[in-house]
Amino acid sequence: MGLNIEDVSVVYPAADGRPPVEALSRINLTIEDNEFVVALGASGCGKSTLLNLIAGFLSPSFGSLTLDGARVSGPGADRAVVFQKHALLPWLNVLDNVAFGLQIQGVAEAERKKVANKFLSMLGLDGFQDAPVYSLSGGMQQRVGIARALTCDPRVLLMDEPLGALDALTREKAQELILNIWNDTHKSVFFITHSVEEALFMGTKLVVMSPRPGRITHVFDLPFSRQFLDGMPARQVKASPKFIELREEVLKIIFADEEAAA
Amino acid sequence: MTEQTSQTPTKPPGLWKRISRSRPTKPGQTYGVPGQGNTLWLSVCSILFFIFVWWLVTFMGWVKPLFVPSPMAIVSKFISVWNNGYTGTSFLDHVVISTVRVFGAFLLACVIGIPLGLAMGMSPIMRGIFDPPIEFYRPIPPLAYLPLMIIWFGIGETSKVLLIFLSVFAPVVLGARSGVKSAAIEQIHAAYSFGATRWQVMRYVIMPSAMPEILTAMRIGVGFGWTTLVAAEMVASTKGLGYMVLSASQFLQTPVVIMGIFVIAAIAFAFDLLMRFVERRLVPWKGRM
Ligand SMILES: Nc1ncnc2c1ncn2[C@@H]1O[C@H](COP(=O)(O)OP(=O)(O)O)[C@@H](O)[C@H]1O
Ligand SMILES: [Mg+2]
Repeated sequence: MGLNIEDVSVVYPAADGRPPVEALSRINLTIEDNEFVVALGASGCGKSTLLNLIAGFLSPSFGSLTLDGARVSGPGADRAVVFQKHALLPWLNVLDNVAFGLQIQGVAEAERKKVANKFLSMLGLDGFQDAPVYSLSGGMQQRVGIARALTCDPRVLLMDEPLGALDALTREKAQELILNIWNDTHKSVFFITHSVEEALFMGTKLVVMSPRPGRITHVFDLPFSRQFLDGMPARQVKASPKFIELREEVLKIIFADEEAAA
Repeated sequence: MTEQTSQTPTKPPGLWKRISRSRPTKPGQTYGVPGQGNTLWLSVCSILFFIFVWWLVTFMGWVKPLFVPSPMAIVSKFISVWNNGYTGTSFLDHVVISTVRVFGAFLLACVIGIPLGLAMGMSPIMRGIFDPPIEFYRPIPPLAYLPLMIIWFGIGETSKVLLIFLSVFAPVVLGARSGVKSAAIEQIHAAYSFGATRWQVMRYVIMPSAMPEILTAMRIGVGFGWTTLVAAEMVASTKGLGYMVLSASQFLQTPVVIMGIFVIAAIAFAFDLLMRFVERRLVPWKGRM
């Protein structure tokens, strides 16, 4: 079961005199239940395109996507998305933003506030229920976005560089928070980043992508997030020889791609 | 104490240099924001100066009162019209009838124009149908199609209100239409990924995010409405501020003309203040995210 991507290609048609772009070429990928898949690669290698496919915002030019055997044919509440930014609704306070998905689904006000409150405290946002979202820091806004995505109990959580705009310290804290939540909620996660360290630390499976045409070139199984969840401090995980060795290997792949592009 | 190396005194920069360079900001301000700073006092001075020049010009007898009556003449005219009315109608009646015409047309334009603008923003079909007629009539001065209004709708209230309505309608429609684009695609995608229908996306994402632009368009629109008032009241009126100004000008009663202008300006300004207040209450998040 889980999410199955089979031989998927995406070609953006020619526009404004530019030739057609093959953003994804023959992608095969499965995301099993409770798996944390991280996509890594230079910008323009089709990571967002892949996420938009899974979310259902885009349909493949060739190939097929299925979730639990059913064809993905559009966006749906079984796949929640956390965006890098601009996705909260500034006219709603924090609580109503988190409850937004439930409101869309017609859940009664009292019930949806209860659920939203639960996820707000899970993300450490107690006491900010009534704050306007634009008064929050970037890190807190991202946590609101994650809480909102979790409220509808999706099967898969899709995150497109959710921590890309955060400063280094906030970012590491948020990584640990997301791992803990993943561990508590048993979601499948598809997570995009272009930080190698973040990718290695967070995923159970790493897919490295290459541009022109966008494709998956390497897949690694990763043990590090499990080590962290089993109690090893994050810094220690990231300083272990195995981690460093893999980090250098992946960096080498990515630099090779960048050089080929230059 | 260490002796500082004595610097050769440099020539102070010239006046132009000093004016044209950007100054450091005070704490609490942001460096280099264009046009930043409070203008209240300068505005008060500017108004006082304007009135002073006006008074001086009339007091010294540099221009005839027929062309520019003195400020005091306007005030005393105002008091006399307030007490005795103008052409047999009380001053407040003139004000009320014009206000009802402008705001009636304005409300009508909002009730029809905002949904239509939103629909045009949302649907290429609606845009395709309604874009040509609106873009066609929008740049035409209301005075040019006033005769048509009279031929088609007579000289009653209909053609007056319709004329004002048309001048408010176009900016309101265009504002609502471009407001549809204010929602970030991420916000829209978020709603869809919760299973929202097109209608829900419209209701919960697109309409709220279009609010700031709609409110701005309403402010601009009502301004157009007042601009068209005088033209509208050219049509066989016996009441209204526009009529008052027009008929006074025919009888060379310059004080009434100027007074009417000030009353129109005051009402329009008061409404603008109200709209700004509404804006602060309704969309405090404007430009913040
Ligand atoms: N809507 C679009 N139309 C045409 N080309 C696009 C569109 N979106 C993305 N692309 C192209 O597809 C490629 C992959 O883009 P994207 O998936 O955004 O990459 P990433 O997220 O990895 O940076 C890029 O070359 C980009 O220019
Ligand atoms: Mg991207």
